[in-house]
Amino acid sequence: MKDILKRYRLFLSLVAINASVGLAFPEIGLKSLSITKNNLIEMMSVIPPIFILLGLLDVWVDRATMIKYTGKGSGLKGVLIAFLLGSASAGPLYAAFPVAGVMLKKGSSLFNVFIFIGAWSTTKIPMLTFEAANLGLSFTLTRLALSIIGIVLIAFTTEKSLNKQQQADIYELNR
Amino acid sequence: MFTYILYGLAGTGLAISFFKDRAKTKAALKKAWMSFENILPQFLSILIIIGLSLSMLSPQTITNILGTSSGIWGMLAASLIGSITLIPGFVAFPLAAALLKSGAGYMQIAAFVSTLMMVGIVTLPLEIKTFGKRAAAVRNIAAFIFSLCAAFVIGVVLS
Repeated sequence: MKDILKRYRLFLSLVAINASVGLAFPEIGLKSLSITKNNLIEMMSVIPPIFILLGLLDVWVDRATMIKYTGKGSGLKGVLIAFLLGSASAGPLYAAFPVAGVMLKKGSSLFNVFIFIGAWSTTKIPMLTFEAANLGLSFTLTRLALSIIGIVLIAFTTEKSLNKQQQADIYELNR
Repeated sequence: MFTYILYGLAGTGLAISFFKDRAKTKAALKKAWMSFENILPQFLSILIIIGLSLSMLSPQTITNILGTSSGIWGMLAASLIGSITLIPGFVAFPLAAALLKSGAGYMQIAAFVSTLMMVGIVTLPLEIKTFGKRAAAVRNIAAFIFSLCAAFVIGVVLS
């Protein structure tokens, strides 16, 4: 019980802040409540299948397979698989971190996991169609072309910024 | 539409898994729940922060900041707003389209959209859980710099 209180203390204090803002400025309070409710419904509708797939991935794909396809030395094929996995996703970026954790646990290379995160953040297919509908095809395609370069550059920079020990620590975090 | 495909995949996967091995399927569901419960406190906190900030920082306010300002400063403001806020795509893109109509340039919009997707300051605690402080910081800074460069290129190409 005490443990739960400790883990949720940030959330509980935010609820308290929101409540006091609502008491002081009812209009803002009601508006924030309705935005939070809408977002909660939206997120809860996307999140269950992601976590079920994550669970299935964890149980059915063994380490050797994951290393073979996305581990160190999986080459261009590994990068492409990580990229497609990320692009075929849905949902907010923070849902990608637990999935990345499972990939690390199973032995994916850090570079490929960062490619996966990059793809999840910017080249999600449903997102791209929505972007094109709102901002036009030339904007979306120019941004997509740049993003693909950017995802690789960001993954490369992040991986290279870590020494051997720091890389091992990240794998340790997800054991 | 895409959500249905995901549900279809998850449902089919679960059915096949259940058919092949019940114990493993149970383990998979347990893992799914535990991973979710692990991020639940931050997840709920993030939702409240989004609700609070969007109720104060209305689309109108954002339009006022970005709509009138132009050039490098507008782009910097856009990228800062994009990095800090966490707006779901179905809200962000119509907002970006409205901003374009009300006078913001492609460069500012690109900076906003790109940082919104790639840089996550509110979600840093979650990212640190998986990648540790150093990698999370480097990834976000690299993504921020990239977003500025991409916005600049888009501004030049599309103007």
